[in-house]
Amino acid sequence: MEKILVLLHTTDEGALPKAALETIAAAAVIGAYDLGVIGANAAAAAQSVSAGAAAVFAVEGEQFAQSRYATDAAAAEAIAKASGAAVIFATGTMRFNRALPGVACRLNGACETHIVAIEPDLKVHRWYYRQRMEATLSRAARPWILLLEPGAFESAPAAPGAAATPIAVTVETRTTVTGYHAPNADQQTIRPDAQLLLVAGAGWTKKQKDGATHTPEAAGLILNFVQKTQSSLGSSKSLVDLSGEGQSVLPFLSHLHQVGQTGSSPRHRKGLATCCHGEEPHVVGWRFINDRRAINLDAACGWSRGKADVLYVADSFEVMRELEKLL
Amino acid sequence: MAYQIIVCGGLAPDPLQTLEPVTTPTGPGLKNELMLPNVFDPWAGHALYEAANLAKNQPGSTIKVVSLGPKAKLQQVMMTVAQKLPFELIALDGPGGGFTDAVSVSKALADAIAAIPGFDKSQALIFGGWESATRGAGVVMQMVGERLGITEQFLAVDELTVDPDGALVIKERVEGGKHQISKCAAAPAVLAWATGSLPEPPNHPQTGMANMRVMMPALQKAKPTALDPAAIAYAQVALPAVTRQTRIVKDVPAADIAAEIAAWIKQ
Repeated sequence: MEKILVLLHTTDEGALPKAALETIAAAAVIGAYDLGVIGANAAAAAQSVSAGAAAVFAVEGEQFAQSRYATDAAAAEAIAKASGAAVIFATGTMRFNRALPGVACRLNGACETHIVAIEPDLKVHRWYYRQRMEATLSRAARPWILLLEPGAFESAPAAPGAAATPIAVTVETRTTVTGYHAPNADQQTIRPDAQLLLVAGAGWTKKQKDGATHTPEAAGLILNFVQKTQSSLGSSKSLVDLSGEGQSVLPFLSHLHQVGQTGSSPRHRKGLATCCHGEEPHVVGWRFINDRRAINLDAACGWSRGKADVLYVADSFEVMRELEKLL
Repeated sequence: MAYQIIVCGGLAPDPLQTLEPVTTPTGPGLKNELMLPNVFDPWAGHALYEAANLAKNQPGSTIKVVSLGPKAKLQQVMMTVAQKLPFELIALDGPGGGFTDAVSVSKALADAIAAIPGFDKSQALIFGGWESATRGAGVVMQMVGERLGITEQFLAVDELTVDPDGALVIKERVEGGKHQISKCAAAPAVLAWATGSLPEPPNHPQTGMANMRVMMPALQKAKPTALDPAAIAYAQVALPAVTRQTRIVKDVPAADIAAEIAAWIKQ
């Protein structure tokens, strides 16, 4: 069995992200592994989960507390060299998605991202063409970095073990992380941990039965629903594009809400699509939604049929007005 | 500050096409792949629109698009893209599908960029999409940057502004619907764009004519580019079993539907 390294990073607060324990569990199924952690409080974080690791490494310090390509890549390179592992399992967060492909290049290896399953003989499963087809593949190139899709693997319990060996890394960078921009808590409509994803389609902004558009009411219904159910809000591309083109549509939608071709394929237990038509929200955006329902005026919608578990042939405005009373 | 903006972008099947994997002598591919209409990769397209906006605001800046794909497809797609904004094309004639090896692609792109006459790394901003609509891996831009020796890199960029002192202020998507804001003192840098904030520019026939005058010779000179077909061993490529038994609820009052949905949400 080839030597494996599990590579993790801490959050800005010095804790391990939820997906870190999924990465450890995925590696433990394959075989023995080393553990490496990068970031604020890395040594303590590594020790908190190092029970199953053969060797433990950490790179920490103020410079490595921030998510930044140059420092993350240097730290990951140093840990990979210290371990000498042929296969590196890492958490597919934005931080590692940014840094580790470059590390693979530095080490003359290869990198696979968005891994959703790994077979015992190290064949990995990932999606192509925006979640339209799934491939099972392997590579001969080593080191091979595998970035595991958060939420796709079972989690392991956190079991503390040996202390980490600190690795000193020096790197120069011209980049400073100055902060984050996030919507106010009461305006937050993207919630990765929510049980339910509500997808709003362009139908919300079209003329209704009375021949007029009712965009302000649509905005109110959608926002009320999202706030009351604490669900996450997604949108079809067509609706977001209308916002980008300066039309007075749903003002709280941005490209960050977009699911599908040039958006995301989020992971939630349930999904409710409203006023959507087309492949993007129903197939690509919903790939990782287990329990799917749609409200659509078109009973013959080919994208809902066969993709949703339940299709309500109804006016979304009417249904959402009634839902508002019940929630 | 004048920048040399290099946009890396490939081709992708038109999103409205139905895609089906097939096995070919060189590995997996798409059914009727040569017949499928293509578009410029959507995320690379956003990078290109942002590049045009930056070039407009930073006098003296230039835009070059480096694209790898079958020459005939490149010609077809670039005739459309060329209508939108001025740029110079560096075409690489080679396979462009999603099942190609990202490591080989990054080497081909980096070699092509390094070979651009007058390429000055100190002024370079390497743009591209944060991932493609084909392979969807999101690894090529980082590898291109590494091969060019550029270690200031940004992924899933939605906004770039240039401070009066020349510093680049960059917003990158991070988890939870947030943006991380970074300041990079100066070029060179690699920016792999998400959607940015700009709409697709309207067609501009004069720009298209001017572009095509230099683009056609570039396409004729497209360098044949071979990728490593043995880098990846595909055991299987398959469409997911997507068909669900959809229960159709029709001619039911909205209140009843709402009650059912409310109960479902609370489950």
